[in-house]
Amino acid sequence: MSDVVEKTLTALPSLLSLDSHPGSAKLSSTSKLGNLIRGITELTSKHEEEKLIQHELLAIKEQVSSPNTTMMKELMVRSIYCEMLGYEASFSYIHAIKLAQQGTVLEKRVGYLAVSLFLNESHELLLLLVNTVLKDLQSTNLIEVCMALTVVSQMFPKDMIPAILPLVEEKLNHPKEIIRRKAVLALYKFYLIAPNQVQHIHNKFRKALCDKDPGVMTASLHIYLQMIQENPEAYKDLTPSFVTILKQVVGGKLPMDFNYHTVPAPWLQIQLLRILSLLGKNDQSTSEVMYEVLDESLQRAEMNHNITYAILYECVKCIYTIHPKSDLLEKAAKCIGNFVLSPKINLKYLGLKALTYVVQQDPKLALQHQMTIIECLDHPDLIIKRETLELLFRITNGQNVTVIVEKMLEFLCISEDDHTTIDLVGKVAELAEKYPLKYNEWFIETMNTVFSLGGDMMQPDIPNSFLKLLSEGFDSVEEDRKLRLFAVNSYIPLLRGEPGKLPQRFLQVISWVLGEYSHLREDLEPAEVLSLLAKLLDMKNSSSETKSWVLMAMTKLCKGGADASVTQEVSETYSSSLDTVLRQRAHELQYLSQDPELRARVLPRGAKPETLEVDSSLSFLDRFVSEALAAGAAPYKPPHQRQEELDQSKALSLEPYGLSLPISMSSCSITDRQSPTLLSMSSGLSGDTLKLDGIKRVWGREGYLAQREPVEEAAQVEVPSPIQSPGRQGEGDSLHSQTPTQTPTPEPEQEKQQLASSLFVGLASQSSVSLMGKSEPMPQRFRRKAKGQGLGSSFIANEQISSSLISPPSAVDNLLCNNLLDSNNASELAEQTSQLSQSLTTANGTCHAEAELTESDTKGCNPALRRDNCVVAAGPGPHNDPGRLTEVCLDSYLPAELSGLSHSEIAPLCANQSLNLSACHVQKEDSLILVVFIMNSSESAIQQIRLVSITVGQYSLTVKRPAVHVEVVGTVSYQLPAGTSQSLQFSYKVPLTSFIRPFVVSTEEYGTMWLSFSHDTKQNLTLINDNQEPLTATLNALKKKLQLHVVEVIGMEGIVACRLLQDLPCLMHCRVNAGWLAVWLRSPVPDLPDCLIYHCQRALQSL
Amino acid sequence: MVCTDNIDFTIPLQPATDRIMIKFVLMVNRQGQTRLSRYYHSVELSRRAALEADVVRYCLSRKKDQCSFVEYKDFKLVYRQYAALYIVVGITDSENELSIYELVHNFVEVLDKYFSRVSELDIMFNLDRVHIILDEMIQNGHIVETNKSRILAPLTTIDKMVDS
Repeated sequence: MSDVVEKTLTALPSLLSLDSHPGSAKLSSTSKLGNLIRGITELTSKHEEEKLIQHELLAIKEQVSSPNTTMMKELMVRSIYCEMLGYEASFSYIHAIKLAQQGTVLEKRVGYLAVSLFLNESHELLLLLVNTVLKDLQSTNLIEVCMALTVVSQMFPKDMIPAILPLVEEKLNHPKEIIRRKAVLALYKFYLIAPNQVQHIHNKFRKALCDKDPGVMTASLHIYLQMIQENPEAYKDLTPSFVTILKQVVGGKLPMDFNYHTVPAPWLQIQLLRILSLLGKNDQSTSEVMYEVLDESLQRAEMNHNITYAILYECVKCIYTIHPKSDLLEKAAKCIGNFVLSPKINLKYLGLKALTYVVQQDPKLALQHQMTIIECLDHPDLIIKRETLELLFRITNGQNVTVIVEKMLEFLCISEDDHTTIDLVGKVAELAEKYPLKYNEWFIETMNTVFSLGGDMMQPDIPNSFLKLLSEGFDSVEEDRKLRLFAVNSYIPLLRGEPGKLPQRFLQVISWVLGEYSHLREDLEPAEVLSLLAKLLDMKNSSSETKSWVLMAMTKLCKGGADASVTQEVSETYSSSLDTVLRQRAHELQYLSQDPELRARVLPRGAKPETLEVDSSLSFLDRFVSEALAAGAAPYKPPHQRQEELDQSKALSLEPYGLSLPISMSSCSITDRQSPTLLSMSSGLSGDTLKLDGIKRVWGREGYLAQREPVEEAAQVEVPSPIQSPGRQGEGDSLHSQTPTQTPTPEPEQEKQQLASSLFVGLASQSSVSLMGKSEPMPQRFRRKAKGQGLGSSFIANEQISSSLISPPSAVDNLLCNNLLDSNNASELAEQTSQLSQSLTTANGTCHAEAELTESDTKGCNPALRRDNCVVAAGPGPHNDPGRLTEVCLDSYLPAELSGLSHSEIAPLCANQSLNLSACHVQKEDSLILVVFIMNSSESAIQQIRLVSITVGQYSLTVKRPAVHVEVVGTVSYQLPAGTSQSLQFSYKVPLTSFIRPFVVSTEEYGTMWLSFSHDTKQNLTLINDNQEPLTATLNALKKKLQLHVVEVIGMEGIVACRLLQDLPCLMHCRVNAGWLAVWLRSPVPDLPDCLIYHCQRALQSL
Repeated sequence: MVCTDNIDFTIPLQPATDRIMIKFVLMVNRQGQTRLSRYYHSVELSRRAALEADVVRYCLSRKKDQCSFVEYKDFKLVYRQYAALYIVVGITDSENELSIYELVHNFVEVLDKYFSRVSELDIMFNLDRVHIILDEMIQNGHIVETNKSRILAPLTTIDKMVDS
């Protein structure tokens, strides 16, 4: 601790006349900034502050627009002050940019500083800074180059990186270390915001790592830490380098000025240790390389200073992360011991944190320090307590869970911080659910506390999984019954008491449980439960969500007869509710209470949760939708599209009136079965906003699961704690009834011993050979039944049963959901016009079985082939190889009008004894023709001469909803001479590209259309680098492969248009950007841009 | 069976906890007035004042013998007191608290060297310079330089150019 600093700061208040300091000397105390600062120091209330700053803002605004720039730096600092106090000074942003552009050295620096303080990384004004940065990077004044690089490594518009990248790269070779260092940091920034842009300079990162200046090397470690985090495998070869660097640093090879309190470059050591632990994780050979240096680090850092402890902490973490080595582990454990036992509270905290990390690998370590842990549990400092609970959470097992949960709940009662509450409640619930049957009542009681304390803040999946656990049950029917009955028993008094005080989530849980299981309690009249539930409805603070849960529960309970009056009253009240959900529930209640038979069918009692098929595409509404559309209703638009249109309508429209969308949304017709979920999903692919809600939770859970595994294994170790605790060893039930608080002993020390024995029970393994070896197999009854079903679905299903009963099962959704881009098997195809009298089913691909059944109208095709519009041919063929034959000669059967056009290879589709089907497609200018060759391969009466007859059918195809591949499904029905009718199904796959045609538009038309299209996607494609100009070469290749129309090429940009048959346009904007072709596709048709970009990629890859 | 309710469509790019970083650096005095603030993740201007008030309240409520680290929302605060001035750093949970605690002291030592015995008023009257120093030490929430003479080099060069 620097005493000097403290003394100076204490002597401060009297120092308002300050002229002796170097920095302040230049400021006269009468300056405007001086006045402001004096004003700020004299503030006594928030109100005064507001008055002062508002006044100041007005003054700055006035001065800033005057052409006198000598004041500008001071004005900027004053603006910074205003913003720092929370008052926006947005009018000065542009002046900050100007100052960076025009000022002298210090002014320029302040200008850059103000920009970095005022603007966030996506602010549009940042674009105005690009030229200034560009100029300064080329400046001969090193300090200006330095400033530019500093600001670039703080914030820079992503799209403009290519403009300055070459200049920054060049600086990597600069003779001055500071410039090289800052250039590396700028590249690190680029790597963070646009990793693709710096792909090509990875070798230069290596050069920076080997730079002779330690500062430049240190800077490059930021990039490496990041890259190794993302992909450790790729950098294993660098391990010896990092080890050598660390060795040199630890060995004091750096210049003296890198030392901090005689410790050589401590933060650099920490950074290196982090990198090493990433590299050595789960990798024995890599770990072996670093053992020596880790050992050295542990020894060197024995000096008694905070910063050495910080290094030690990192070192210990590293040792426990990489492949273990016993003597290192021993040393690290000793080190943790020193931390934990330290009287310095900061060290104790860090020790606990290290221990929390380490017990996951080695739960025994907790045993060594159990008394310290017990002390920390009662520590007056909450953060110590909290960290201790975190530690206990990691060592929980079936035997100590009740004590640990109790400690956590104690903490919950005193915690005031919402975040802590949410976190702890989640952990308690997680622990409780791991051991639900061990202590039936304890489980329910704990969950009750969780629900009451966690209130409505907790993660929604806690009640969901609780209910799922209850409803799915375990393998023992009796245990299930007991658990459920206990829940019912505990809820009834709660409802009789003051239910108004319970959180909504808890009430919902109670309602559901009572609805399902209150019948288990025989002495309880349904009428009483009903009236208790009805009471909840009348409470003022019940949310409508809770009310609908209550109504649902009542629906399950009502039996008519005596209960009728309550239900009648309730359903009448809510059947006119403004809330549609409540109204629906009320109607359900009304009808089902009058029809016990129907009720028993809809809501069977005691039914195990069934897997329920949900038709999320709402296909059962198709008819309704088509009727509505026919009656002139507007087609459905997904929310993002509506929002977009709303935004567009808010903005000024500069387009002339009357030019409506050139293409109507014709695809939204009857067969458009796209579900809302799918739409939003596809928009998620192309849109630039990522929905981030819930990410943390998902990862958190997964992360925990992965980490917890070893603990769980350890938790099953049967061996009791070595501490003397007779009667408490192992026996879960006795432990439960004898938690320390329940059996207080006079001596506090003894109490602690007891607590210790109950906390650390089951952790020790007397033989240190193997923790796994002694693991007790999980009792059968603990195992939850495996259900291929996610959390919460079971009771959601129950809630929605009324609506889903109507919907027919459909397997469509799954297919659609999984195959957005790569759908090989499903896609929509419609509007087939049959040129033959035969017609094919082309409704919806394989997805829509029922459509196929109803719409297929394939007429008989007699093998005798006497139809006049068929091309009939006969000829001898080889006996054994009919497939071969078709390939050879089918070409000649192509209809005359098509024979001149290019057609795809004729591919065999399917065959049976009598028919052989083949097909190809022919691209015409305005259509795609599918040609099906139907060949009679049945044997004629004459054995020797085989009669081959071929019919050719032509079908013109169009795509309604784009997919990467379009599949046509059809059925050929025919009659055998004997009179039996048979059918043969076939399917044929066509790539979407076959439906793409050039779209000839002018640049102006293109511009108008571009603005009106709402579905878009962006991606970088590889450029073709042959001797031609790359943009033209790439566009030409695409044009050739995909039949696109190049509208115009200007400089490094090109616009391209195409249409999907018949007339669904898709526009493409291409720009050459840092060695890539940045492509932006827009279309009025959903998914078309995504599918097309896929084909563009394929086309370029195949070159 | 089709159960679309439980399909999670969000694409987790990177677990949030993986990124070790400094979220902000604050200098506040005992009256709760902010003397310097630098955020390394975007926080709206309107929410900063509330956050700073919270942070001050947390730190002021701590006793001398208590831990210098406090849990605050989903991150941690590391604070260090110099006379009436608190320097508070917000960090993610995975960051090393003690190393940040010492980083704060390094920062103060740098300021002390530059201003030759720094005071709260030095900081107030030279807010721009303090920021410039801090920018040399921390960027994007990472520690980029801790060598005192190198931290000060750009600023002293600028000062010399202004003087001449």
